[in-house]
Amino acid sequence: MIRVEGIHKWFDDFHVLQGITEHITPGEVVVVCGPSGSGKSTFIRCINRLEDVQEGKIFVEGKDVYSSDVDINQLRADVGMVFQQFNLYPHITVLKNVSLAPIKVKKMSKIEAEEIALALLDKVGIYDQAHKYPAELSGGQQQRVAIARGLAMQPKIMLFDEPTSALDPEMINEVLKSMIDLAKDGMTMIVVTHEMGFAREVAKRIFFMDYGKILEKGTPEHFFKNPQHERTKLFLREIL
Amino acid sequence: MNYDFNWMIVLTGEYRDWLIQGLVITLKISGISIVLSMILGTIITTLRMTGIKILEWITISFIEFFRNTPLLIQLFFWYFGSDAVLPDSVNQWLYAHNYEFAVGVLALTIYTSAFIAEEIRAGIISIPKEQLEASRATGLSFVQAYAYVVLPQAFRIVIPTLISQFLNLTKNSSLAMTIGVMELTYMARQIESYSFRGFEAFTVATLMYICLSLIISLCINIYNKKFLRMIKY
Repeated sequence: MIRVEGIHKWFDDFHVLQGITEHITPGEVVVVCGPSGSGKSTFIRCINRLEDVQEGKIFVEGKDVYSSDVDINQLRADVGMVFQQFNLYPHITVLKNVSLAPIKVKKMSKIEAEEIALALLDKVGIYDQAHKYPAELSGGQQQRVAIARGLAMQPKIMLFDEPTSALDPEMINEVLKSMIDLAKDGMTMIVVTHEMGFAREVAKRIFFMDYGKILEKGTPEHFFKNPQHERTKLFLREIL
Repeated sequence: MNYDFNWMIVLTGEYRDWLIQGLVITLKISGISIVLSMILGTIITTLRMTGIKILEWITISFIEFFRNTPLLIQLFFWYFGSDAVLPDSVNQWLYAHNYEFAVGVLALTIYTSAFIAEEIRAGIISIPKEQLEASRATGLSFVQAYAYVVLPQAFRIVIPTLISQFLNLTKNSSLAMTIGVMELTYMARQIESYSFRGFEAFTVATLMYICLSLIISLCINIYNKKFLRMIKY
């Protein structure tokens, strides 16, 4: 589903990704964790080409993400993304936030797109907020709108970039619940997060990153009970 | 100060009709140029923001060139020079129609679009770049992301400065008299030549400009209040 082959990326002199090779299979939920500056956000942003890489290749469903003849808009439509800061469009209603891309990219009729949008808003539990503007919603609700917006294109993969890090503690669970539901529906997900409860419950594999490399990977069982790398042990001691 | 004011001469009869005709032409040339300069200014800025070096270079040159030369020169340039720079078919069409008016619109549009492009760019820069990123991530193309996400937000921010560009354009349209567009200033000047009632004619013309400017500001402010909702991050 996603094949990452030896990617390297530099921000000027900073070697942020130092040769990552991975294979993620359909329906797999991968949690990426690690200290800040370890390259985990950059890593997932490379998968839908929000960032360029200087070396290596990424294939999403067999399509070379960095090839010049790939239709990047089509590819991005298949890869939903949720950001730390929600990044909803503040000038339009929640319903329009969710239905914009299906109407403009998939050329869906407004009625059909809004039907799908309402169904998704219902799924994340904010059906009744559809006609409000983002600023009228709480952080947790906004992030659930962002999840609905990501799902509206019926993507095959969802990327989450620290989806709960900007939320007040009491709102984290409502967002995690939507994500757990999604995982149980069989969505392929890559989630950058420090929510270890979430990782334990739904991750099939956990990647631990630092210095632009995946230092350790494995099942939650392996990761929490029997980490091998010193850096992983230190990290777990600090956050658990 | 033995001047005998005679207001009736410009408020009745033929001279009044001239002023009204002039006002209508001023409204037309300003209205058309406002719409066209908004469109052109938006296109120029969008091209500039694509990050494609050659487009960036061309648009910056365009903006700097037209912002930094006097409008009067530009009017004369297009008026006397259109023969040389525009394709024959376009020139033929212009001569067959209202040549002076068309050149007036062309000059005002290009001149003002250079300023508007810069105002809109200031608005775009103030929109968090994550907005573009989030919309591109859903599969929108660059142009779609600009059209539906970035520009609508940027416009709301720059409306006050755009108003002053529109007012400038309306006032600048008086320069079109120099190439023979029979707009308000031209007509006031005409009345002065015929009747030596320059003071009255220009007073009425001045009041018309003031009213026009106030109406433009008012309309845009109403639009602004009605549509400026919920911009918070």
